[in-house]
Amino acid sequence: MGAGFRRYSTYRQATVAGAFTNTVFGFLRCYVLLAVAAGAGTATVAGYDAARLATFVWFGQGLLAVVLLWGWTELADRIRTGDVVADLLRPVDPVTRYLATDLGRAGHALVTRLVPPVLTGPLFFPFYVPHRWTTVPLFVVSVLLATVLCFGCRYLVNATGYWLLDIRGPMILWALVSGVLGGLYFPLRFLPDALVVPLWLLTPLPSLFQTPLDVLVEIDPTPRQLWLVALQAGWVVLVLVLCRVVQRRAERRLVVQGG
Amino acid sequence: MRAYWALFRGQARSQTSYRLSFAIDVVSNVWATVLDVFTVFVLFGVTRTLGGLDLREALVVTGMSACAFATGDMLVGNIERITLYVRTGRFDAVLVRPLRALPQLVLMDLPLHKLSRAGFGATVYLVALGAADITWTPGRVLLAVLAPVGGIVFFGAVFVITASVAFWWTESGEFGNAFTYGGRDFTSYPVSVYSGWFRNAFAYGLGFAFVSYYPALALLGKRDPIGLPDWVGWVAPLVALPATAAAALIWRAGLRRYTSTGS
Amino acid sequence: MMTVIAARGLRKEFTVRVKVGRLRRDRRTVAAVDGVDLAIERGEMVGYIGPNGAGKSTTLKMLTGVLTPTAGDVSVCGLSPVRQRTRLARRIGVVFGQRSQLWWDLPLRESFDLLRHIYRVPPAEHAARLFRCRSLLDLDAFVDTPVRQLSLGQRMRGELTAALLHGPEVLFLDEPTIGLDVVSKQAVRGFLAELGATGDVTLMLTTHDLADIEKLCRRLLVIDHGRVVHDGTIEALHARYGSRRRVVVELESPSSPPEVPGATLSAVSPLRFEYDLTGATAGELLVRLAGLAIRDVSIVEPDIEDVVARLYTGVPVTDAP
Repeated sequence: MGAGFRRYSTYRQATVAGAFTNTVFGFLRCYVLLAVAAGAGTATVAGYDAARLATFVWFGQGLLAVVLLWGWTELADRIRTGDVVADLLRPVDPVTRYLATDLGRAGHALVTRLVPPVLTGPLFFPFYVPHRWTTVPLFVVSVLLATVLCFGCRYLVNATGYWLLDIRGPMILWALVSGVLGGLYFPLRFLPDALVVPLWLLTPLPSLFQTPLDVLVEIDPTPRQLWLVALQAGWVVLVLVLCRVVQRRAERRLVVQGG
Repeated sequence: MRAYWALFRGQARSQTSYRLSFAIDVVSNVWATVLDVFTVFVLFGVTRTLGGLDLREALVVTGMSACAFATGDMLVGNIERITLYVRTGRFDAVLVRPLRALPQLVLMDLPLHKLSRAGFGATVYLVALGAADITWTPGRVLLAVLAPVGGIVFFGAVFVITASVAFWWTESGEFGNAFTYGGRDFTSYPVSVYSGWFRNAFAYGLGFAFVSYYPALALLGKRDPIGLPDWVGWVAPLVALPATAAAALIWRAGLRRYTSTGS
Repeated sequence: MMTVIAARGLRKEFTVRVKVGRLRRDRRTVAAVDGVDLAIERGEMVGYIGPNGAGKSTTLKMLTGVLTPTAGDVSVCGLSPVRQRTRLARRIGVVFGQRSQLWWDLPLRESFDLLRHIYRVPPAEHAARLFRCRSLLDLDAFVDTPVRQLSLGQRMRGELTAALLHGPEVLFLDEPTIGLDVVSKQAVRGFLAELGATGDVTLMLTTHDLADIEKLCRRLLVIDHGRVVHDGTIEALHARYGSRRRVVVELESPSSPPEVPGATLSAVSPLRFEYDLTGATAGELLVRLAGLAIRDVSIVEPDIEDVVARLYTGVPVTDAP
């Protein structure tokens, strides 16, 4: 974990560039959503008022780099080059080891990538401060779960490389689906209930992004918040188990076929 | 000209040599723009107007932006790979050929699979034009054709400018995305949804307002709530000219910088 | 004779940032090339060597128009490299050992065809040059294979061909044999030797493999810390830096070695003497040894690696005699 943190702190310039870009997109998305709220002519849209929408957008821009929806190809690269065999020689289970590194990375991003947009947003837009003290710890837990969950999903996408020569298909599919159905482009509650409810229950995607943000802006009462976080935890367990199974299958395949 | 054609041919043959990957790219590329348009529909699911435009009117703005961005991205977008070329030193190999560096880079990497997205962008634009309530005149027909052309050139210039940053700042990473993809997002919605210095900077400082919003207003025959005169929409495509000039200047300065520092 | 590559007082400075303390960084100017003079005639084959960071690649980049010199004059084929870059590009060939000019996903044959259009070479000339390269470099076995599937040696042969198809007057080679196996190295060297023998092409190559130089180049430029420290033949380098030919004498029966003016004894055993020639020729030495029962005499040529290694490490060497 420490190694992951240190490694990412060397990419200082890329971090500055990334935080800048997240901030610009924060402005873009925030203005559009506020215009949606203004155009609707009601006090709230899908339960969000202006302050909640702005907070949703700006924390979302910061969380993007923390959960790291896109741009992780380390495992796939190591599979392609064959370096992955070296992973099997280490005493630690690969899933655990990659997860530890990823949490270190997320810790670094928490400081360098979450803070800039979260500080910028309130300077120009209304901001929602949670009213219930329980929300804060719940949000922290939810972000942690989202990070682990996102890692698991990325791991599975990368692991298709054990079987496919070219994993661009799964990669692109993941990039598209995770962004729009995770809640990055618009809060998922803008969609009709008939879509949102199955999406939330049957896919891990809203748990990646939408859940921590909704917890933060207290869209739901506490029991419902708890329920959403529990759902997230359920997905984390399921996806990590799946990672483990996939990894074991892949290892068996590597051993039998010699890579 | 024949020389540049040869570069293009080489690129086309290289890409299609991996048939399956090419097919995946062709199909998957459309989806980015499909989702952009889908987002607009979702937003209009919870509101009736956005920045003073209804769904049909807003779609003209979105379609024009999608058409301009997707085509500009296909033609020039891969210039952003210059960071890779500079970092690996392959840029030297580009410079020792008897061709100009910029067209060489563009043609060497021309991503043909993005044709699908450009096609989809154009389709959205045409459908939006058909669905919107436009009183067609010869002038409007001309504007409807010229506006996306100006937008394509404008986005091409933006790509060149943001890529040139790599000459000064090799580790610029995602920085350029704020203006390329950010520009696409900005131009997908009516400028009237933005406000303050951010709007002034993006819309008028950088010129993104003239890519889709003002031409769309002129086509729709609508007044600008921000207060610019009506003729602005008719001359908006000309924004491509200063953008191209700026891109040429910055690219040349970048090239000079490269040949004096070698990195 | 005609000077093809000319440089006077060529200098290139880079600004580097040096860490001073924990956070402060100072800008410091470093001269990578520091006053290099070059005059290379048409048809010459010149080896350009020096330790890493000595300024070899920087010089080559200034000669090919990739880098603007900070100071000094440079002309290649009578052109100013940076200002007339594209015109110059038609008249020179460049092979960067590590950066391919070929299309990664296409067969070699198609890369060659594309280059014909890019350099606008008339088909007949192109065909003639390609034919020559194909036979000299044995390309036929892999000319239809995509470049990405070629071995490094095969690829380098392709790169050489690609650099020559437009009939360049000057060929710049940056580490052309780096990473190649023995057979490929020999193929590349043999080809370059043949090319140089025609006298049409001027050849300048940087290398770390001194065997390249010994096999190919009459003239050697050694650069260190941005300055040319030697410009001349390999023999002159030996003479200047005190490397000596050694004569090893083996005897039928034990005897004591005679004193020979112009030669110093470096090793003595009852049946074997070794002399370093410091002024005498091998012939003069042998005359002095005429009275001995000699079984065998061998002359050991000085090793250029030793000389250059000493040059690089900065060990003081005896100056020119």
